[in-house]
Amino acid sequence: MNWINILIQGGLLGGFYALFAIGLSMSFGIMRLVNIAHGDLIVLAAYVALVVTQATGLDPFLSLLIVVPVMFLLGYALQRGLLNQTLSGGLLPPLLVTFGISIIIQNGLLQGFGAYDHRLQVGAIETASLHLPGSLSIGVYPLVVFAVATLAIGCLQLLFYRTRLGRAFRAVSDDADTAELMGIDNLKLYALALGIAMIFTALAGVLFGIRTIFAPLSGPIRLILAFEAVIIGGLGSMWGTLIGGVVLGLAQAIGAALDPTWQILAGHLAFLAILIVRPSGLFPKTRD
Amino acid sequence: MTLLQTQNLSAFYGDFQALFGINVTVEEGETVAIIGANGAGKTTFLRAVAGALETPPEAVIFDGRPIGHKTAHEIVRLGIAMVPEGRRLFPSLSVEENLLLGTHSERSGPWNLKRVYELFPRLHELRRLPAPSLSGGQQQMAAVGRALMSNPRLLLCDELSLGLAPVVIRNIYECLAAIVAEGTTVVLVEQDINRALDASARFYCFQEGHLALTAPTRDFDRAAITAAYFGM
Repeated sequence: MNWINILIQGGLLGGFYALFAIGLSMSFGIMRLVNIAHGDLIVLAAYVALVVTQATGLDPFLSLLIVVPVMFLLGYALQRGLLNQTLSGGLLPPLLVTFGISIIIQNGLLQGFGAYDHRLQVGAIETASLHLPGSLSIGVYPLVVFAVATLAIGCLQLLFYRTRLGRAFRAVSDDADTAELMGIDNLKLYALALGIAMIFTALAGVLFGIRTIFAPLSGPIRLILAFEAVIIGGLGSMWGTLIGGVVLGLAQAIGAALDPTWQILAGHLAFLAILIVRPSGLFPKTRD
Repeated sequence: MTLLQTQNLSAFYGDFQALFGINVTVEEGETVAIIGANGAGKTTFLRAVAGALETPPEAVIFDGRPIGHKTAHEIVRLGIAMVPEGRRLFPSLSVEENLLLGTHSERSGPWNLKRVYELFPRLHELRRLPAPSLSGGQQQMAAVGRALMSNPRLLLCDELSLGLAPVVIRNIYECLAAIVAEGTTVVLVEQDINRALDASARFYCFQEGHLALTAPTRDFDRAAITAAYFGM
């Protein structure tokens, strides 16, 4: 058993989980929206990519050129048309409404695509690997995804801390009432926030759809992994979310190395352990 | 010219009525004080004018136009800015970022970062610090500066003196005079009656949501104010 290899695979797997978690982290950080439909939206993005690749013959990577804008618009419309109406009544209404959206997406996908497994095919890159000295081998694709996740979080960080829009996002997250008094249209900003969050959801859906099979009901497990990455990393911290994903990936890889049936369980146990030791996560940022 | 006029303005928090048919008129360029005890409805009045509370369109007239139905962010764009009670700076933003937030109203005018730093030189030194690390007086300056950055025609100031040392309060009111000199109309809400009357030309005294007394500050009668203030 090569432990270094296992740790590398686990760490890179964290890139996928971080991508899952970015959208969730953003919508909670900015509008305190706990989006139960997040996992199903990831799966929906994979299906949109499936339709695009089948209809146009485009490579799944290139399909992102269509999937990303589609998901952005969907996020914007969902927040503007529906979720904004749920925000004034406390935590429960958005939970219930997004739970409803989750059920609608799952059943809509079942209706449209049947209960079959699908996968996005990109050819040789899926199985390509780099061979390093010491019998180490690193999958090219997980490496690319990890780089994408890091880059995505870097871009978001720049957006939040270097732009006027990011400043408005942080102000609204701090104190929505006062932000409104300063001339910020909170509802429009929320719609933009979910739209941007859905860009990363689209990335997560397509990139994971290339790695693993997906089916109409595979959203909830993705939601749980995203939640765990966000909570481990600490609410509101984007780099924390990346580290949360890595912790989860490492725990799963170590669990799987000990016994293949332990993979998923080991991730959840690591999550529980961190909840007990540091209930607010490793790098908490958001205040209530 | 009349800049702000409220007509029979009433405001509610749920079932609780906080203002009862308030009529207030503010002329362009004027400084008007609103005084009253705790719970008199002063803050509610400012929040209603700023659009944070729902009111009928005709209840608030600004520059000849009914604005009572507009939302807070639309009203800032028309030129009414608020310095909220307790400063309410954004804690995760730096001082300068807090000031820049004021530019989201997208109004042009005399005020920009440079002018605000000239008015409050201390803020320039502190501009990179997170807002919560400032002292109360510095935070109040930042809150005033943030409101000025939106280049308001009407500045609403809620309890500028709250929790500050007398010397700091004096400093802030001196700066307020400079702001008024720029042609900005100011409505001041204060519990500190003397401070409010010193800085204003006219005052309104609220009592339990009703307008109890209004007069020019020049020839005010202390006994009348006391009676209106406490309702005795």
